[in-house]
Amino acid sequence: MDSTALLRLRGIVKKFGSFTALNGIDLEIREGEFFTIVGPSGSGKSTLIRLLVGMDDLTEGTIWLRGERIDQTPANLRPTCMVFQSLALFPHMNVGQNIEFPLKLRKVAPQRRRERVNELLDLLRLPRSYYDKRIAQCSGGERQRVALARALAFDPEILFFDEPLSALDYRLRKTLEKELKDLHARTGKTFVYITHSLEEAMVMSDRIAIMREGRFEQIAVADEIYNRPVSRFVAEFMGEVNLFEIRADAGGTLSGKALEIAPDARLDALAPGTEALLMVRPEYLRFDGPGERFEFALSGTLHGEYALGSRIQYEIETETGMVTVEKLREDRVRLKEGQPVRVGFDAADTHVIAEPA
Amino acid sequence: MNRLDRKLGLLSALPLTAVLALSFVAPMLVVAIFSVMPQKVFSFANMPDFSSYRVFLEQGYYKSLMWSVGMAFAATLILLVLCWPLAYGMAKVFGRFTLVLTIAVVASLFVSENIRLFGWVLTLMKGGLIEGHLRAFTGISFDTPLYGVPIIVFGLVYVYLPFMLFPLAQGIAMVPDDTRQAAYDLGASRWQVLWQIEVPLAAPGIVVGSLLSFVLACGALAESKILGGQAVIAIADDIETAFTFGQNWPLGSALSVILIVIIGVLALYGVGRVDLDAIMGRRR
Repeated sequence: MDSTALLRLRGIVKKFGSFTALNGIDLEIREGEFFTIVGPSGSGKSTLIRLLVGMDDLTEGTIWLRGERIDQTPANLRPTCMVFQSLALFPHMNVGQNIEFPLKLRKVAPQRRRERVNELLDLLRLPRSYYDKRIAQCSGGERQRVALARALAFDPEILFFDEPLSALDYRLRKTLEKELKDLHARTGKTFVYITHSLEEAMVMSDRIAIMREGRFEQIAVADEIYNRPVSRFVAEFMGEVNLFEIRADAGGTLSGKALEIAPDARLDALAPGTEALLMVRPEYLRFDGPGERFEFALSGTLHGEYALGSRIQYEIETETGMVTVEKLREDRVRLKEGQPVRVGFDAADTHVIAEPA
Repeated sequence: MNRLDRKLGLLSALPLTAVLALSFVAPMLVVAIFSVMPQKVFSFANMPDFSSYRVFLEQGYYKSLMWSVGMAFAATLILLVLCWPLAYGMAKVFGRFTLVLTIAVVASLFVSENIRLFGWVLTLMKGGLIEGHLRAFTGISFDTPLYGVPIIVFGLVYVYLPFMLFPLAQGIAMVPDDTRQAAYDLGASRWQVLWQIEVPLAAPGIVVGSLLSFVLACGALAESKILGGQAVIAIADDIETAFTFGQNWPLGSALSVILIVIIGVLALYGVGRVDLDAIMGRRR
């Protein structure tokens, strides 16, 4: 057994009637890790987190925390705690009472309780005078911090987050993402975070799990998932991507629809006599120009040009569908809509997904 | 825009204000003035004295008041305990069955209170529906539970159940599910969740329901007359007698004023303690 695993899941199945929400989940979460589960709505990530904190019963499988089986332990006896999407602050208590709620349940002395609340207010950069502030008077960001402080007051082994930032506006969300990452570093706690936003996951996480239809599609560090997705689903979920069908015949010669392939181009990951998907991120595609040489090239016409702040995106209509190219604003290429263009890339910039089209 | 809203608001409140002034405040004033008139007069053209209030203390009318308030209090407590699980079910568990329950409870209000109480008398009396059948089939007999204080409290509970149930269900519906789950997740037991989260957050519903049933029960007289057989006299009964058989309007008025003051103080205290806007609709 892996001795570094804090939380271990084995064969988790959850059924609602005839619908299978979770279909055989195995997972190990290490101590002190920031682990994010990403998936579209309905992928089962909320169901999974509710099982982990004990708000729902699982149909099959086991959950171990520090080698102790907890799947039959009710939520109020598990040493884990969750920050809700709605935050679930208690509106009839002020900020201080909210934060000290778990301490009061444990009958911590009032003096010590007050000290701990002050420490937590400091940690989350809230003024100590907020102790007496009513929840209704707090801003969205302040409520977020109060909810975090309350969860930290509980001193959980694992802190779960159920998309707590999804209801906030963009700028506040960006600030809090960084704060959360910072808080993780300072507290050394194990964070398990669920979100449907890949961007959020990339900013904060040590490891990311991509969830699809009640299963994990891939579990890896952010870079690995971005550069080497295991499936079309992961590749497309992780942002803009170009996918081309590619085939290697028995002799190792490559061919693909609409692709001009240089005779010396090699794809080591593609075994002779198989077909697969060739993935290229838009930022790796180059426009043809003097002295330019491609291992793989495509021709088409420019469909549109879109400014994305610091980057420019070009959509090119080709025989195999729309191809996306992205350039930094400073590398902008002047092109007219409907103009024929040729773009290309090299084998080193690609990743082979062993999934037939 | 805001000033126009204000003007329109005041303007549309005018007719109701006039009606209330005429039909509510005026009679109250008349009662208040009569209550300080000498005994058994029918005109304001007398020197005020407080003889009626003395009669209240000296002739044992305070006992009726204490019975009424005491029984109303007991009935309200029993209603709270009884209705909480039911209201909880209606607000959170039953789903569509809630509508059936609502219709059933409301339907009982379609029949006059007196008739429903006489129904209970027929059911519970010696030789009635229950005892009569039991005796006929088994020969076992028992004393009727009618004509005592407990049956009056039962009657109050029975009659005023809807007035507790619906506000309570409304109050419980206002408790967000995730605050309950969050408290549980943070280590609270079921009881701690109930006392520290659900009861405080459902407080508006609890207060409205308790006030409605308490106030109505304080002024109730049919239960003590019909079920209780006047084993104890309710204050409302005394008031009625003073105005009718007694021909003593000042005494009836004084008893009314005392009842109104007690209920009024309790109501203001209760309402002042909770955010009624939360249940009556948010004020902007």
